[in-house]
Amino acid sequence: MAFESLTDKLQNVFKKLRGKGRLTEEDVKVALKEVKMALLEADVNFKVVKQFINSVTERAVGEEVLNGLNPGQMVIKIVNEEMIALMGSETTDIQYQPGQAITVIMMCGLQGAGKTTTTAKLAGKMLKKGKNPLLVACDVYRPAAIEQLRVNAEKVNVSFFSMGDSHSPVDIAKAAIEHASKNGHNVVILDTAGRLHVDEDMMQELKNIKANVAVHQTILVVDAMTGQDAVNVAQSFNEQIGVDGIILSKMDGDARGGAALSVKAVCGKPILFVGMGEKLSDLEQFYPDRMANRILGMGDVLTLIEKAQENIEVDEEKEKEMASRMKKGKFDFNDYLDSMKQMRKMGGLSAILGMMPGMGVSKADLEGAVDEKQLVRMEAIVYSMTPKERANPKLLNPQRKFRIAKGAGVDIAEVNRFVKQFEQMQKMMKQMPGMMKGKRRGRFPFM
Amino acid sequence: MPEEIKEKKGFFARLKEGLSKTRKNFIYNVDLVFGSAEKIDDEFYEELEEALIMGDIGVNATTQIMERLKDDVIEKRIHKPEECKELLIQSIYEQMKVDECEYRFEEEQSIVMVIGVNGVGKTTTIGKLASKLKAQGKRVIISAADTFRAAATEQLEEWAHRAGVEMVSAHEGADPAAVVYDSVKSAKAKNADILLIDTAGRLHNKKNLMEELSKMNRIIEREFPNAHRENLIVLDATTGQNAMNQAREFSSVAPLTGIVLTKMDGSAKGGIAIAIQSELHIPVKFIGVGESIDDLQKFDAAAFVEALFDVKKED
Repeated sequence: MAFESLTDKLQNVFKKLRGKGRLTEEDVKVALKEVKMALLEADVNFKVVKQFINSVTERAVGEEVLNGLNPGQMVIKIVNEEMIALMGSETTDIQYQPGQAITVIMMCGLQGAGKTTTTAKLAGKMLKKGKNPLLVACDVYRPAAIEQLRVNAEKVNVSFFSMGDSHSPVDIAKAAIEHASKNGHNVVILDTAGRLHVDEDMMQELKNIKANVAVHQTILVVDAMTGQDAVNVAQSFNEQIGVDGIILSKMDGDARGGAALSVKAVCGKPILFVGMGEKLSDLEQFYPDRMANRILGMGDVLTLIEKAQENIEVDEEKEKEMASRMKKGKFDFNDYLDSMKQMRKMGGLSAILGMMPGMGVSKADLEGAVDEKQLVRMEAIVYSMTPKERANPKLLNPQRKFRIAKGAGVDIAEVNRFVKQFEQMQKMMKQMPGMMKGKRRGRFPFM
Repeated sequence: MPEEIKEKKGFFARLKEGLSKTRKNFIYNVDLVFGSAEKIDDEFYEELEEALIMGDIGVNATTQIMERLKDDVIEKRIHKPEECKELLIQSIYEQMKVDECEYRFEEEQSIVMVIGVNGVGKTTTIGKLASKLKAQGKRVIISAADTFRAAATEQLEEWAHRAGVEMVSAHEGADPAAVVYDSVKSAKAKNADILLIDTAGRLHNKKNLMEELSKMNRIIEREFPNAHRENLIVLDATTGQNAMNQAREFSSVAPLTGIVLTKMDGSAKGGIAIAIQSELHIPVKFIGVGESIDDLQKFDAAAFVEALFDVKKED
């Protein structure tokens, strides 16, 4: 997940602030200097950082804040609010033409930003929403770019249109729209060649497309790893051809994603989606407020809940049954397997912990604390039990444990440790029935 | 001799051409500081620091450079901002210069694996490198070990065709380690001078993919231990501080011997190379300044720094 290191750094700064009962102007300035460094290391544009720090300082060193009850918290709150303001607080979606009219979308960006992949991802997403998109290969320069789009279009089951590399992009776009209206497509996505924003000829080509074809939305794809230059790129594309929205690609790397903060702040164009992985389904809606919270280490509970709702087939009966059994401390190994399965569907334990507020979400900490391999071994132990043993943990005698250890390929000591932990867990659950009240989805007893 | 001089001129001109955007932005900032300041004071240093950070050099490397500069200024009793600029140029040059022996792989029987994150220009770099070496009369084989990205092999095939060199490949989705194995075998059998291996772009925080790379590296070492080895990381000049993580992580699975800095013809400043050199001591060996096949050049620190700071001769 991007932003992790930035989050770590900011949390350190905030910890220091929280620890102080009284704050002087000097304290705030020192803390904000650290915030400034953290943001710069995260590739947030220098000018944006300067502006950001100025507006926070202005609000934070006032009398009310410093003499308030909890000055540390106040400063953090101000940083958070300014951060959200920076990223824009509203979620923006692609604007479609009304009714069955064809919406033409032009994708653009630097070479290697991930346009072709993103284009296919976007089309796949639209298909799911009931649109009928047509992918058009307008990159006639890069060797095999057309082929790449064709293969990706096939993978997401979207129609594909190409005229080879001997026609001009303008002609291809025109023909594609004609093709779309004949074949009932209501969205046309033009994948254009990557180009440098300082390359006048290539920028002219985009202008030509826009001049000859009614382009409704122009989307700029920006690599999340871009440095200080991200702002120049976005600004330049916006000034020359006009941009309606931005997609940040490669957000699944460990880039701190400062580009996300800067681009919106400087050119005022919204970020529509973020690319979160190599697979063609990995394109997510961008929520600025959630992202700000995530950056500041406030967790992202909303996304967590949504993920839970998306991924868990809710079986009400089973839920109730499990809850009542838990209350009685009759949680057995089958329940354990169930909850593990649910957890995996949501992206694994570390992904979940990463989204929880106040878990001290340092990536390094998580990796030390949660060994996903350990979980796999535990699961192997459970799978090596007979159905009777799973339903009734009390059956486990040394002989059976020995057999289980052999079956799971682990040491018998590990089986013992696991069973013991399990028993402790049962006891704990019995002792805290209050926590189990109410209908909650996606419980994770082992957390 | 005259021919060589001509070529050299061509190179400098090209580098300057490629760097002109880089320089304009960077110099604009640095010169603003040097030009407007009348004396060396805290404000002057602070502005200088900002200019370096704007060049993607990063907080740490900037701090180091600034500390060195401040010490030098005191030691050498410098009072004029103009002289301070000379010092800064000198210090960055010293740091970035590349030893001639770094290009030994061109003369020996060698295997060059090209790695990096997605979309930095690995395949293009391989294509340019292949035609460069081919032009020197080398027997070159290209290995298409990017079996993941759709149409990657087709893209490389086009480059191989343009350069007129052989290529070893497999179908999409094949095991890249097997492709590496085959191509090393083939390079040996055909007594090739240089084997260039193209790998799939991968983000450096994907453990399995990095493991795959480490396996490919092991196979090369095992199958052809006598070959001269190069692992070149391709970095996009527009990348910010994340390039440091990339260099660090990649070198932990396949020891890096050099950097190829691509897309230097945009407005990006490529300053991160300075930060990487100062922390990881990996030299920049080549830079890409354009789209055509000749636009891959050996990195020349003198020209790089000169072009970066020299505003008198241009504009």
